[in-house]
Amino acid sequence: MFNFFLLILIYTGIYALMALGQNVITGYGGMLSLTQAGFFAIGSYATAILATRYGWSFWATLPVAAILSAFFGLLIGLPTLRLKGDYLAIATLGFGEIVRNVLNNWDSLTNGPMGIQKIPMITIFGFVINPYKKYAFLVILSIAVFVAYLLFQRLARSRMGRALAAVREDEIAAQSMGINVTKYKVYAFILGASVAGVAGSFQAAFTLSVSPGTYTFMVSVMVLCMVVLGGMGNFKASILGAFIIQLISYLPQLTGLTAVIPPQFKQILFGLILVIMMIWRPQGLLGRERIDYTKGGKR
Amino acid sequence: MTLLETEKLTRAYGGVVAVNKVDFDVEEGLITGLIGPNGAGKTTLFNNITGLDAPTHGRVLFEGKDITGAPAHKICRMGIARTFQNIRLFRELTVVENVMIGRHFKTGKSETKGRFLNAIGSYVHLRQEEEEIYERSCQWLEFFDMEGMKDELAKNLPYGKQRELEIARALATDPKLLFLDEPAAGMNPQETDHLMAIIRKIRDLDITVVLIEHDMKLVMSICDAITVLNYGMKLAQGTPLEIRRNQDVIEAYLGKEDA
Repeated sequence: MFNFFLLILIYTGIYALMALGQNVITGYGGMLSLTQAGFFAIGSYATAILATRYGWSFWATLPVAAILSAFFGLLIGLPTLRLKGDYLAIATLGFGEIVRNVLNNWDSLTNGPMGIQKIPMITIFGFVINPYKKYAFLVILSIAVFVAYLLFQRLARSRMGRALAAVREDEIAAQSMGINVTKYKVYAFILGASVAGVAGSFQAAFTLSVSPGTYTFMVSVMVLCMVVLGGMGNFKASILGAFIIQLISYLPQLTGLTAVIPPQFKQILFGLILVIMMIWRPQGLLGRERIDYTKGGKR
Repeated sequence: MTLLETEKLTRAYGGVVAVNKVDFDVEEGLITGLIGPNGAGKTTLFNNITGLDAPTHGRVLFEGKDITGAPAHKICRMGIARTFQNIRLFRELTVVENVMIGRHFKTGKSETKGRFLNAIGSYVHLRQEEEEIYERSCQWLEFFDMEGMKDELAKNLPYGKQRELEIARALATDPKLLFLDEPAAGMNPQETDHLMAIIRKIRDLDITVVLIEHDMKLVMSICDAITVLNYGMKLAQGTPLEIRRNQDVIEAYLGKEDA
């Protein structure tokens, strides 16, 4: 039972990283992107391939996963810049599916639908984190989430975060205020993608195997739900949203009612929660974060 | 001295010529009015000068430099700020944040070069930089007697204040030239008087002002020079007195008397 709760927390951490990235793109930049699953997959496979084929350690693959995802974030960001709202959602959704299909069919590199198994475990100072040491993995993951949170939080409170908010509110006005709208949108995509790549890396190192079936469109939707549920434009809320959605996902198992509650139940619950939220609290549980400038820059 | 001029500026949308070979010039230090009936191409001319739209023919010269077709954010950084006919505030941000966005590119040594490194610098030296931006922004709010509202959301301001906030935001970029697109639209007479006082104060800061306006009382009393557009073409140019007596202008506004 306790172990199971640890598992939920680990998935919360992995999804929280993705949600933080989604919050930069959607919560701050105002771009409705549905592509986190794609970057997640790229990060996972980067770690899986580099670790199994070339014997790289997890720590060496982590930055590669981030940079590779960031690069694809740039690739997807540039052509879709002109698109807004639902059009952007469709285009980015397409990208996520392309990634999954490539992984499914590029047998020589990704081993196709079979996926890659026997990914080496994380070692730190000679200490091997095997699947029985969930707590140890959780500690490392929590540190990663915390660092990502701090970095993004600082970004949001800088003039760059404000510029991104301006782009979200009104692109034309933002341009006329001397903000390079194109660059900020691409940067948002790059940042959001890189952190999803890191999440993918952790996912691969935790499950020790990757297969294309993990990186479906549902992942992107779930990440978006986390951000919306917690509150757009609030990084704490993204983490909270990740936790709540993960808790709901595993509710039947957690309560030991798998025999009574069918697994499809969680999707009904998701839908219900989102409908209720949109009616009574469209700004999310915590709402957008406000910055108090009067305290002399002290936040 | 001519601060800005357009040479035969033309903007055609397919067969519709919104602005047709307009030579518009703005003298430094003056308040220039741009008037004309609805659909005369005034806002299109503004958009073509400020980079939101690119002319199909002709040139735009600012301080003697050709800025034709430059993107809006670059033109803003050169020192041309603007407001919009339909208010375009960052509605979900607070009043002071709106003004702070105007200070966005005012950090570091150069406004155009090395901005990426500068952004990293901003990230590192967050606190003192934000303090500077905040203080400068509050000064602009004081200029508009709005410091009491600085933590309100922009969308919650009364209409007249929203217009003024847009001007404050534009001024925060420290422009040499300020374009106001119908600043008095929808204002009541008191608000218009307040606005006129503000525009004069802006001119006293050595900022050249160009404004589109339909309120003739405002235009005639504060403008030093007026250009009249009609059907995308320049109809007349001169002092308020000359414009008031110009037969073509009277015809454009009131129609021709049957002989």
